[in-house]
Amino acid sequence: MNTTPDLASNAPEIDPQLKLRLRKAERFLKVRALLLVVPLVVFVLFTFVLPLTEMLYRSIHNPILVDNLPEVAALMRDWDQQQLPGDDIFTAVGKGLVVAREQKTIGRIANRLNSEHAGMRSLLTKSARKLRKYKGDDYKDYMLSLDKRWGEAETWGAFKVLSSEYTLTHYLAAFDMQYNAQGEIVSQPEERQIYVDMLLKTLKLSLLVTLFCVLLGYPLAYYLSILPPGKSNLLMILVLLPFWTSLLVRTSSWIVMLQGQGVVNSTLISLGILSEPLDMMYNQIGTVVAMTHILLPFMILPTYSVMKSISPVYMRAARSLGATPANAFFKVYFPQTIPGLSAGAILVFILSIGYYITPALVGGRTGQMISNLIAYHMQTSLNWGLGAALAGSLLAVVLVLYWIYNRLVGSSQMKLG
Amino acid sequence: MTMKNLMTQLPLAIAITAASAAVSADDLTVVSWGGAYTKSQVEAYHKPFTEKSGTNIVSENYSGGIAEIKAQVEAGNVTWDVIDLEKADVIRACDEGLLVEIDPATLPKGDNGAMATDDFVDGGLEDCGVANIVWGKIVAFDESQFSGKKPSKLVDFFNTKEFPGKRGLKKTPKVNLERALMADGVPGAKVYEVLGTADGVNRAFAKLDQIKDQVVWWEAGSQPVQLLADGEVSMTTAYNGRIYNASEVEGKPFKIIWDAQFAELDFFAIVKGTKNLDKAMEFLKFSTDTKRLADQTNYISYAPARKSSIALVSDKMMPHMATAPENFATAVPVDHSWWADHQDELNERFNAWLNK
Repeated sequence: MNTTPDLASNAPEIDPQLKLRLRKAERFLKVRALLLVVPLVVFVLFTFVLPLTEMLYRSIHNPILVDNLPEVAALMRDWDQQQLPGDDIFTAVGKGLVVAREQKTIGRIANRLNSEHAGMRSLLTKSARKLRKYKGDDYKDYMLSLDKRWGEAETWGAFKVLSSEYTLTHYLAAFDMQYNAQGEIVSQPEERQIYVDMLLKTLKLSLLVTLFCVLLGYPLAYYLSILPPGKSNLLMILVLLPFWTSLLVRTSSWIVMLQGQGVVNSTLISLGILSEPLDMMYNQIGTVVAMTHILLPFMILPTYSVMKSISPVYMRAARSLGATPANAFFKVYFPQTIPGLSAGAILVFILSIGYYITPALVGGRTGQMISNLIAYHMQTSLNWGLGAALAGSLLAVVLVLYWIYNRLVGSSQMKLG
Repeated sequence: MTMKNLMTQLPLAIAITAASAAVSADDLTVVSWGGAYTKSQVEAYHKPFTEKSGTNIVSENYSGGIAEIKAQVEAGNVTWDVIDLEKADVIRACDEGLLVEIDPATLPKGDNGAMATDDFVDGGLEDCGVANIVWGKIVAFDESQFSGKKPSKLVDFFNTKEFPGKRGLKKTPKVNLERALMADGVPGAKVYEVLGTADGVNRAFAKLDQIKDQVVWWEAGSQPVQLLADGEVSMTTAYNGRIYNASEVEGKPFKIIWDAQFAELDFFAIVKGTKNLDKAMEFLKFSTDTKRLADQTNYISYAPARKSSIALVSDKMMPHMATAPENFATAVPVDHSWWADHQDELNERFNAWLNK
């Protein structure tokens, strides 16, 4: 395409009118091409870019105190967290709570503060109820007499954390850390540390699933690629049939297969191989087995399509030049399948790292993945900020892994079919 | 609309508009839990209401929680009008400003002339919700799995030696921690006091540790019934209506242990920003009057939340009600405001505990 204008510029004897017409024609083609992709761009913008940006924005945006108690937020930003806040802050909080109660915003403020420090909700609602009737002007004394928690550093630490509009608390929480009452970053108490573990476990399970998919999928794809078309088509349907079946159906059938009184266990017991049913369900085994089965076609299809295009002549040539079968395979055949293999592996890995329904159904206690916690924060705890931060961290991990992968294998070495 | 608002609201608004295009503006959308429960509401509330007012009711199902209400209200596109919520969610959603406040003085009096404020059971009127049913979080077991002595007390749930078999528990700390403490000897009236201390929480988790590797965790109300039916567990926590359905209607050999049941309320609430506020309010008042609440018990074994309705419950259904005197003797009310304070940290700790 772009050779035409070059030619034109190297040939001054051509009529300038022609050049103009050519440019015009090219511009028209460009515009037409652009118009054709506009629907896609708009679609991607609204369904992918906007929600993603919004999610990342939510993970750091923290406007509740700034919007609803702006005076308190401003005063808290200047407070040094060394000793108890002064009269001005107590007065601002006391008056602010009464107003917030009237405007019905106190519940939201209290819930958000409560997620920083347990008990804030009842402290705020209870105090606001009493403060409404308070006529004096020594708020500090009065509030301290209302509840001793007003004299505790943790209470004010929670206010301090929320005093600025942008905060890293959600990301800290996503990595099992928090601000303490003095504003320093510390680890969560051990019994509440979960997200780092969960992230590592998600990576571990995804790697396991990918490994099993490679081990099971590679030989099968090879077998498919060397069979005569009639047989390989039949086998291909067996690969594709589960692929076309709904995810939920396949997951539920694994429940039927693997549960304590399920098909596998009762067969093994009736054959006398087992005396007690094996625990193959509601743990990591269940998650890995079901996910491997569900993701296997994503491994087989790209690998198969690449293998199909490798001529058997190369292997024969290698053998005739004296290579052992193993040598011929690893030196000649295997390198040629890497584009398909790596495409399949990265597909499976990235799909499994975000898997949600299958671990939720068959993962039980130990087979959960980080997406289950993200869903939990989105749907149940309503801590959308933390959910967004977890999702953001997961996204970052995937990008880093993809970058490493790209350095090692190279994205040009990938072929999806 | 500022850029910030646009950013946060546009995607939500688009998603919701797309999902809600099918419902006409004159209809009232009532959201509930589905299954036999929604069916009982359709018979007892929706049909008579449509007959009386001419308003068509669209019945939608959800699986609990307030995330969807929050999304609708924040996007300014409310398509759910009336919703059936658990107590904890009514309090939470009301706090977050997602529900319409309801003045109890405007509610219909009971058949016996009692004011609504006196007629509803304790805790049956929240700022933003009116209770319709009382139900029990109970323990149920499969009789056929115990040949000798049958379990009869909450303590037996934690006794896997005498009563072998796996246990089903809901995947949440709420009520499980309370049960653990009670099985450890804490009287019902003191549960929340003990749970309020660090030692109490440790004690509850330690008790759960005893059965941790025997537990199958469930999340939706239909799961424990299925687990029992599949023989996956011999005993499970469950909701009394679901077990009633399986045992009385489908003839399964399931039995309820009413000892130390945790009594819960469900509420009708109205989503803030609904375009049908008047109709929604009319529906809410209609379906929480004495007659309607009593009528619902003909279709499901959940007890009416009005005292005046209880007198109208049939003799056949009464023994299956959570509020029947013999069932209610050792009942413990769930303290939702305590949970509102502690749910964030205890949920985190529970998730971490599960994972270990």
